[in-house]
Amino acid sequence: MIDFILSQGSSYAAGLDRLVLLILLIVGFWFLLAQSIFFGFIMKFRAKPGQKAQYITGKEKHQKRWVTYPHLAVLVFDVAIVIASFNVWYTIKMDLPPADAEIRVIGQQWAWTFQHPGADGTLDTPDDIFTIDELHVENGKTYHYKLESRDVLHDFSVPVWRLKQDAVPGRSITGWFQPTESGTFDVQCAEICGFGHGLMAARVIVEDAGQHADWVAANTPEAS
Amino acid sequence: MVEPAVDLTHHDHHHDHHAHHGPEGLLKYIWSTDHKIIAMQYLFTGMAMAVIGGFMAYVFRMQLAFPGLSVPGYGVVSPGEYNSLVTNHGTIMIFWVAMPVLIAAFGNFLIPLMIGADDMVFPRINRLSFQVFFVSAVLILASLFVEGGGFAGAWTAYPPLSANEAYNLTPLGSSLWLIAVALEFVAFLLGGINFITTLMNSRAPGMRAFDVPVVVWMIVIASILFMLSVGPLIAGAVMLLFDQTLGTGFFDPGRGGDPILWQHLFWFFGHPEVYVVLLPAMGVVAEIITTFARKKLFAYRTVIFTVVATGVLSFFVWAHHQFIAGIDPRMANLFTITTLLISVPIAELCFVYIATLYGGSITLNTPMLWALAFIAEFLIGGVTGIFLGAAGADVFFHDTYFVLAHFHYTFFPIAIIGTFAALTYWFPKMFGKMLDDRLGKIHFWGTILPFNFIFIPLFVLGMGGQHRRIYNYNHFPELSVDWMQNTRIFATVSLLIMLAFQVVFFVNVIKSWRSGEKAPKNPWKANSLEWTTESPPPHGNWPPSELPNVYRGPYEYSHPDREEDYWPQNLPA
Repeated sequence: MIDFILSQGSSYAAGLDRLVLLILLIVGFWFLLAQSIFFGFIMKFRAKPGQKAQYITGKEKHQKRWVTYPHLAVLVFDVAIVIASFNVWYTIKMDLPPADAEIRVIGQQWAWTFQHPGADGTLDTPDDIFTIDELHVENGKTYHYKLESRDVLHDFSVPVWRLKQDAVPGRSITGWFQPTESGTFDVQCAEICGFGHGLMAARVIVEDAGQHADWVAANTPEAS
Repeated sequence: MVEPAVDLTHHDHHHDHHAHHGPEGLLKYIWSTDHKIIAMQYLFTGMAMAVIGGFMAYVFRMQLAFPGLSVPGYGVVSPGEYNSLVTNHGTIMIFWVAMPVLIAAFGNFLIPLMIGADDMVFPRINRLSFQVFFVSAVLILASLFVEGGGFAGAWTAYPPLSANEAYNLTPLGSSLWLIAVALEFVAFLLGGINFITTLMNSRAPGMRAFDVPVVVWMIVIASILFMLSVGPLIAGAVMLLFDQTLGTGFFDPGRGGDPILWQHLFWFFGHPEVYVVLLPAMGVVAEIITTFARKKLFAYRTVIFTVVATGVLSFFVWAHHQFIAGIDPRMANLFTITTLLISVPIAELCFVYIATLYGGSITLNTPMLWALAFIAEFLIGGVTGIFLGAAGADVFFHDTYFVLAHFHYTFFPIAIIGTFAALTYWFPKMFGKMLDDRLGKIHFWGTILPFNFIFIPLFVLGMGGQHRRIYNYNHFPELSVDWMQNTRIFATVSLLIMLAFQVVFFVNVIKSWRSGEKAPKNPWKANSLEWTTESPPPHGNWPPSELPNVYRGPYEYSHPDREEDYWPQNLPA
């Protein structure tokens, strides 16, 4: 459903969208059922002159089951949603597939600093490339990110990737993503971080292998 | 001096009652210990705060629809002011509107009247509760006008942003905000103690636990939930205040603190708080649908037990607000389970209400429309919560407009629909005059339809990845496309229409107050005890010799053994 508006730009986006669709179908069914019974009763049982309402206590078993069975069914559907949710959550947040490269994402009031690994694919080496508000990654590669903050809470959110993670000062949070679509996409800060929160926009530029190599070559700092 | 309305010599009730000494004239209304006057104080303060909170919504919705526009009646909205407006809109609507109106105003008005007592057991604690609350309301309003402006770190006040003035740029505003919130908690603790004790001790002779109207049970259970959950947050608020003003480092990672600790303390309170305001509204709805469907409440005991279960469960769901905050990812699975489990009792309550309508004799007047609208709209809030409670989906939805639309579909039915349901239902009892039903229906449709047109578009924007608390989406290429901006304008225009229709309500109230039909004792032919006394009830609620006895539960409508379709609780068998 989300993919009507946002493309599925990462390896796990489709899985998350399927979970959303599953939940939509389940709760949509219950919602329509409950609302139609509800409005049906309102239509059917309008006051008519000379007619008294029924006296139903809801205490007897044969009456109570009208509420008990549906709510047991709700429980069963809950279990289905929980299991589906586990799978998606596990893929995005608990599993960590081997990385092709690492990047560091640093939030601060009110800009994003991206530390790219350079040609060697590892961080904190002399060929690292630092950029502000512009993240360059290669399509199809698996990245581990290390998310940090210099001051307050921020949140690294890339809607097309369905990726979101708070940046917490004092911690380095590791996660992963694998872009599957080339293009330029929004990065939003999704946790209020002060005056300039609404200005903390960045762009992620997903490039094909050749383009990305060119960008790396052009931006690698000179060895000093 | 003794007020002449009460003959204290015959004042023999279940408890030793403080004699109602007090000043005369206007001061009588300010210094009163009468639960009905205190209810009015809470009601009018809460409604005044609602007007302020509504004005804030108007200002920031205008800024979102027409970025950079000089908003009529306010001016140009800076990013800092925008953040302050959304922060204080949320804070005020929850702590200074939903709680004072639903719990304090209706709790105060209804509990003694519905259980057949002449007043609360602690009238002076009750008065103190309002006075502390009033001070807190003055403080939160004052915090908007101090140097640096009002607090702007969201109503959740996450540190380090809220803890350090170098980050939030509102040195005075954030401390005043925090003190105001803490004082508000003190007020409701005092009020809650009073509610619980009153229900335990002052029930009319013959009124057993399961003869108590559901709304009273719900308000008291809500008060218990509040008392049990607020402690950690008050501790957290003191720590945060120390961080702000004394330079301690409870939440500062640079000095061994942990910012996420605050989130646990806040949401351990914050999630039960949702049920604290939900339950009174659900109670109001139960009273109204039984009255106007002329039906016995379906499975009364099940309702009470379900509400208790919901309350207990609500203490184990708080971390669903923190799935992506940096908590242990295994914990998210645990909280997904508890969060989805809470859908079971809430669904049960909705089913019970729908089942209550079955076989009824339904009259669609204004209070009934509000009560039914509560059920229909709250269902939307309920089912959209499932998307957020499932951690896997929350990775995308967290902090988007989907969340915002979801909780407005819970809080709007609670705080606005629930309140209008209660006000239109008990208005004759509170003010002695009947409201105009035709104006009431115009106000109803003029509120309900625009409400949906405000928030359904916001679900769509949330699906499109629009995050909250951003003052201008033009900085984001994906969010500044035409259809999204048009959707924002549509939502804002709907809000303007909804706000305009509130005028109808005030016209209705003033017109009815001045020239409305005088309300009889029991205009709705309802069963519960408040309808057995005058409208409005005198000081002491009943003449002392006529305090009611109770012979049955409050929902004996359309009993087969009776000619009449209602059976007041106080009529001997």
